[in-house]
Amino acid sequence: MKKKVLWKIILIGITVVLAVVFFLPNTPVFEYMPEWWQKSMPNKGIVLGLDLQGGLHLVFEVEGDKAVTITTERFASRLRELLEKKKVAGEVAVSGLDITVSPSTNEVRKVVEDNYPNLVVAETGSKLVYRISAKEATRIKDSSADQALETIRNRIDQFGVSEPTIHRQGENEIVVQLPGVKDPKRAIDLIGRTAQLEFKIVDDEANIAAELPASVLPGEEEALVRQIADRIPEGDEILFEKKINKETGAVRKLPILLKKQAVITGDLLSDAKVNIDTQFSEPYVSIAFNAAGAKLFEEVTGANVKKRLAIILDNTVYSAPVIQEKIAGGNAQITGNFTMDEAKDLSIVLRAGALPAPMKMLQNVTVGPSLGRDSIEAGKLAAIIGTIAVVIFMILYYRLSGVIADFALFLNIVLLLGAMASLNATLTLPGIAGIILAIGMAVDSNVLMFERMRDELRAGKTPRAAIDSGYDKAFWTIFDSHVTTLITAAVLFQFGTGPIKGFAVTLSLGVSINLFTALVGTKSVFDIINSRREIKKLSI
Amino acid sequence: MIELIKNPNINFLGKKYIAFVVSGILAVIGIIAIVQIATGRANLGIDFAGGTAIQFKFEKPVALHDIRAALENSGLRDFDLQDLPTVNKILIRVKQTEQELGQVSDTITTILSQKFPDNRYVVDSTTVIGPKVGSRLRMDAAQAVVMAVIGILIYVAFRFEFKFGVGATVATFHDVLAVLGVFFLMGKEINLILITALLTIAGYSLTDTVVVFDRIRENLKMRQKDRVETVMNSSINEVLSRTIVTSLTVLLSSFALFFFGGEVLHDFSLAMIMGVIVGTYSTVFIASPVVLLWGGARPFAKK
Repeated sequence: MKKKVLWKIILIGITVVLAVVFFLPNTPVFEYMPEWWQKSMPNKGIVLGLDLQGGLHLVFEVEGDKAVTITTERFASRLRELLEKKKVAGEVAVSGLDITVSPSTNEVRKVVEDNYPNLVVAETGSKLVYRISAKEATRIKDSSADQALETIRNRIDQFGVSEPTIHRQGENEIVVQLPGVKDPKRAIDLIGRTAQLEFKIVDDEANIAAELPASVLPGEEEALVRQIADRIPEGDEILFEKKINKETGAVRKLPILLKKQAVITGDLLSDAKVNIDTQFSEPYVSIAFNAAGAKLFEEVTGANVKKRLAIILDNTVYSAPVIQEKIAGGNAQITGNFTMDEAKDLSIVLRAGALPAPMKMLQNVTVGPSLGRDSIEAGKLAAIIGTIAVVIFMILYYRLSGVIADFALFLNIVLLLGAMASLNATLTLPGIAGIILAIGMAVDSNVLMFERMRDELRAGKTPRAAIDSGYDKAFWTIFDSHVTTLITAAVLFQFGTGPIKGFAVTLSLGVSINLFTALVGTKSVFDIINSRREIKKLSI
Repeated sequence: MIELIKNPNINFLGKKYIAFVVSGILAVIGIIAIVQIATGRANLGIDFAGGTAIQFKFEKPVALHDIRAALENSGLRDFDLQDLPTVNKILIRVKQTEQELGQVSDTITTILSQKFPDNRYVVDSTTVIGPKVGSRLRMDAAQAVVMAVIGILIYVAFRFEFKFGVGATVATFHDVLAVLGVFFLMGKEINLILITALLTIAGYSLTDTVVVFDRIRENLKMRQKDRVETVMNSSINEVLSRTIVTSLTVLLSSFALFFFGGEVLHDFSLAMIMGVIVGTYSTVFIASPVVLLWGGARPFAKK
């Protein structure tokens, strides 16, 4: 009997020491530990969730369908070139996912099908309609999500966030978690923008160009385009340049008529960096093309001297300077009344590359650092007050046995924190609630046993016999009652989002550890008291 | 020995019809709440309904109606406001709009900066939920509730006879419905954290019921000559002090959470408080009577 108690005490001692070692990184004491300790002993502890330390939780959807559309357009324009090169007479038109080729001759058909195995015929007749095969479309969507993930990772690395989490979810979603970001809006803009850089030639020759209004108010763009839609020449489009009046802050949109076909695109860039204009001390982004891009840039500028070249990012014109002469060397500048941060972010997205398709934001949960701090403080206070209240109640109601139950309660809290730290579990605000509830529920096992013991005492048993049979009879009840809580905790863990998972973790750990503290912890204290001398009266 | 009630001998089962009426009303309110939620007529949180919620913390006190006027004048529609005046906090919720996600929050921050230039603020939190995520979370929550029910049924069926399973499940459902119903009547937000509270309540209430059933089962074995109703009554009385003591300790910690746990957990702890009270009541007045009625007057003859 005595030996058994000794083992129990050793077991409790070891678990407590382990719990303290694991939890140490979460306490200020860790700072004062020797270096070898900080390096080789557990040093991560419990991780704070985004809701407690502040930060962003974003979910984006990569619009894979658009990636397919973009690929379709690229196929169509290459096909057009190919037919021209092979001197095969044929018209290629593209609308959405359909590439329409006419005439429907065997010759044309052969060119398409020999060179584009991924296109399948959707319609035949006087015209041939081709589409990207379903298998290839799926592959494009999948790889566009992969590429987007990679691009976002690049952007965030360059933006500088410590310990970001970026991963794919489901078919086409990307989850981004950024702890402790000070300027959420800036981070969201940086991640979410497509950053498709294009250079297009301004069409000042068409009649409509001269008749365009100088500017419109934001929000009126679509109406203007609709109004003059039938007068826009084939192959042209209207995009807008944003002008901000520096004194009043008023925003105007300048319509510009452009040749739709981009002459150069951002994938030919080799570098982008922020420079400061010496004259106006205004930041701008200077870009450098790679060899192929530089050559193309030289050709394009050479062929379009005296015309305007528009620099377009995500369908917004940034500037449209007149080409004075052929530009060799492959350097260009993007100006646009940037602030320093804006210029810096633009250079980051240009370096990291464009997203393969636009992304749609599905979810954004941002918690400011001050709310997180307040929540932790409130949680601590509630936990302390809740514990004190339960502790006092147990002593008042069960006397000395209550003290033993309280000992088990403290053991429970210490082991719970230690277990969470050893798992590097994430503590969330609902998680704190889970701990506090677990404190309230923790004494239940002891209550069940104590009530049984009281029954046995009333039935006339000796204190020792009452303790033993109280334990035995209460065991299955305690077990049952724990399992039911664990079932709901498991379900919550399965379905819950981050914060609620945290709740499930603390509640289930708390309840499981409770089984140990009640059956091993409390019991051994009673055993110690019992083994010293035969107790005549049980303070319960 | 301090005892809450000395040797209690209360005829709980004798009051079963009163209890059934009270509980019936509570359950009906809960069912109405579910119907209203399913048809979108309840105060759904934005995590389920989709939309934008922003919480601002101002430097100086700000009147709710000033904010309302500022937002309305700027053309914002379909929003509601909530404030925590002691800490100058304002919560603005905007239901799903046509605007691109994320733009609503920009619009609101711009309006407030312009209209309240000499009262600076920090954005405490921003939550933007798209319709796709909202419907997914609704599905997840529904799934979780179903899973929890199945899990509970399987466990109780495994540990107890079927009639006990029915009693435990009815009592558990009753508690969840009652709390949901009261929250609905109070116009509180139905959101993920409430679902979490409801599932926790289900777990707690079941625990409570299982403890009583354990004792009933034990006593039925020992006292096979007594009437089932008598055995049940005395079993409930025997574990009554445990039921009350445990409920009290959980209540103590729930109240600590309610008063000191901060604004985010306020409704959660309120639901827990109600759940513990209702759960304790149903353990005593609902679970066992249901078993008795379901099983007939002498259902537990010798095996």
